[in-house]
Amino acid sequence: MAETENPDVLVVGGGNAALCAALAAREQGASVLLIESAPRELRSGNSRHTRNLRCMHDAPTEVLSDAYREDEYYNDLLRVTGGQTDERLARLTIRSSAECTHWMKRYGVRFQPSLGGTLHLGRTNAFFLGGGKGLMNTYYAAAERLGVGVLYGAEADEVEIDGDLLRSVTFSAGGRRITVRPGAMVAACGGFESNLEWLREAWGPSADNFLIRGTPYNTGRMLKALFARGADQIGDPTQGHCVAIDARAPKFDGGLVTRLDSVSLGIVVNRDGQRFYDEGEDFWPKRYAIWGRLVALQPDQIAYSIIDAKATGRFMPSVFPAIRADSIAELAQKLGLDAARLEATVAGYNAAVQPGTFDHSIQDDCKTQGLTPEKTHWAQRIDKPPFSGYPLRPGITFTYLGLKVDDKACIRMEDGRMAKNIFAAGEIMSGNILGKGYLAGIGMTIGTVFGRIAGKEAAVAARALSGELAHAAR
Amino acid sequence: MRLAKLVEEGARQLAICNACRYCEGYCAVFPAMERRLEFAAGDLNYLANLCHNCGECYYACQYAPPHEFAVNIPRVMAQIRVETYAHYAWPAPLGRVFRDNGLVSALLLCAVLIASLLLATLLLGGERLFSAVPGGNFYALIPHNVMAASFGVVSLFVLLALLMGFLNFWRDVGESPGELLKPVALWQGLADALSMKNLHGAGEDCTFKGEEQRSPWRRWFHHLTFYGFMLCFAATSIGTIYHYVFGWVAPYALTSLPVLLGTLGGVGLVIGPAGLYWLGRRRDEATADPAQRGMNTAFIVLLLLTSVTGLALLAWRETAALGLLLVVHLGVVMALFVTLPYGKFVHGIYRAAALVKFALESRRPGHQVGGDG
Repeated sequence: MAETENPDVLVVGGGNAALCAALAAREQGASVLLIESAPRELRSGNSRHTRNLRCMHDAPTEVLSDAYREDEYYNDLLRVTGGQTDERLARLTIRSSAECTHWMKRYGVRFQPSLGGTLHLGRTNAFFLGGGKGLMNTYYAAAERLGVGVLYGAEADEVEIDGDLLRSVTFSAGGRRITVRPGAMVAACGGFESNLEWLREAWGPSADNFLIRGTPYNTGRMLKALFARGADQIGDPTQGHCVAIDARAPKFDGGLVTRLDSVSLGIVVNRDGQRFYDEGEDFWPKRYAIWGRLVALQPDQIAYSIIDAKATGRFMPSVFPAIRADSIAELAQKLGLDAARLEATVAGYNAAVQPGTFDHSIQDDCKTQGLTPEKTHWAQRIDKPPFSGYPLRPGITFTYLGLKVDDKACIRMEDGRMAKNIFAAGEIMSGNILGKGYLAGIGMTIGTVFGRIAGKEAAVAARALSGELAHAAR
Repeated sequence: MRLAKLVEEGARQLAICNACRYCEGYCAVFPAMERRLEFAAGDLNYLANLCHNCGECYYACQYAPPHEFAVNIPRVMAQIRVETYAHYAWPAPLGRVFRDNGLVSALLLCAVLIASLLLATLLLGGERLFSAVPGGNFYALIPHNVMAASFGVVSLFVLLALLMGFLNFWRDVGESPGELLKPVALWQGLADALSMKNLHGAGEDCTFKGEEQRSPWRRWFHHLTFYGFMLCFAATSIGTIYHYVFGWVAPYALTSLPVLLGTLGGVGLVIGPAGLYWLGRRRDEATADPAQRGMNTAFIVLLLLTSVTGLALLAWRETAALGLLLVVHLGVVMALFVTLPYGKFVHGIYRAAALVKFALESRRPGHQVGGDG
């Protein structure tokens, strides 16, 4: 559709949730305009960097092995969030995830068996062939085919809301200011993770040491505009998907390849050469998402993963070379750490390691005893040169502060009313389900499930309101 | 040195790929990459020849330009690939021919060869060149022994050059000749080459023209070209057997095996290369190495000229045009043969060899480095 017409449904955003919403709204026969703030080559928000989604299933499917039932899924979620989740919305997400792959395939999405570097995930997560960018290319092609209007380089930052009714949305595109009066809007434009100022507001000066793993286009402007017009908030601004990544990564958009999977194979020390958390608490895919926050809480927001020759080649290679040395003292010097302190930490750790049979594919019996904090699995002495070190920084994937929604993806206003024609999907409302922590692949599940719900409900709302809005516009 | 620079750039990009691995479902290049942590020249030369240059991984790449990591595997592989052709060429000094190999030089070579043949025929036979020969008997113009001897010598040289190039590749990628005696891997590699499995390895055909534009035509046109070429080759071989073993002398009847196979192959060799040329003009330049267009076109045009002149010779063999058509066809075929080891043709040798190495490798332990996280 043409950009100048008022669409039935305006989708703000261009990632997975946005495209699912646009396609679902088209399924209902609504006219749809999608505005994406990034240029075409960098479209898709953080979905560009994803790889899979977590799906419930009672029996093996074409792309998922074994079974992953609702209760197990929900318990996994409870564990990572420490219970900070909305059970109704969480269970809705989990149940709906069972049909996701089927719906996706209808639009040409292709899956692949899980292979490299993703041990333990073949049962719970469906992998997109070629990853998230391939998925998004397929969605965009489908949207184009079905007549969804797409505008790139268009950032919405102003909304007009009358009580519980959205009247208009204004965006900048190609140096122009454009105002549209859609029947309904789906806000699917991510968190505020790329907005360094907002991060600093939330975290204080330590935010300057954070790296942003994803798109530089998630500035949270629409989120801010909605808050300013009375939308209700959910979530803590300091919570988010935050991973410990290689400190040498670029400030923005480094994506997956900057991650480090060596943590559970060695020890992690802070600036002062001290350990600060159990590196072997659980399987790495279940734990990687807490380490960003752990590093963020350390002095200067930096830490170092230290391993020895036994661990080399046992984890996915990093894009940045390991910093290698033949002795712990030399490694400390190369990493800029105090040699004596690091040597003491490693010696103390080595002395506390108990005998056991190392097996990285199970929670093995290799652990320490008498150490604070203990390392509870995969604890092996760090004694075989060459030793390797990697510097770590907090890498923010996305923030959880967002819009409070109900099971129709409808947003709640501060006065407790549900907005009639404003819906939200994806990162911008993930805080409803993720109070803290993260479960691999659940971001894409939330985006797909709520994108579909939001698109459908927006189309229904636009149809119901068409008389009222047309009247008001006159 | 150009190849060394390209290898460095390829290794830079593959280090990023190897930390990502999202593309492993597309083709053999990525599982092969995952077996390695570091990428030396031999590894890059192997992977470059394993790449079928489709473009899927480029469109799916979260690090493709304008991202600062600037990953474009199809292009860097194409650039390395053409350098490996020169690098492995035998005799080595002829490697530089790849750089000058274009449409103009191919046509010039044709012209020179046709002119020399024309001159030789005129000197030998003279006036008969421009008159019809009963039954289209071309040996009346150029004696069989002359034809067989000249093509025999050229063929032997071409075979030797191709074999030496193959051995250079095989050694460079770290394989010993003894590995070729493993029939299962050998068969799998060759089957992958003959079916072009990697152009539809993910269950669907690959892109070529652009993002999300998948089509089987590149594969079908290539099959027509390759199998057309093989049918023509079979026709010639059977003709040779007829001549020497059974004493049945050409020209053969329209319903005879050599003519049937040659006609069928000739038709494939018209449609196939024409289709590949047409597709090549429409391909997404972002995933290609534009510098290779000349080499590709030269090979396609020589194949087309071969089939078109061959079919014309068959059609008008009973007329006065026989002599000229014969000379032109033989000149073109000679030009095609002479340039085989120094043009696009060699991609088939190295691609098949790389696929055999991939099949061998897949049977060795340690299929993935670092997949344990």
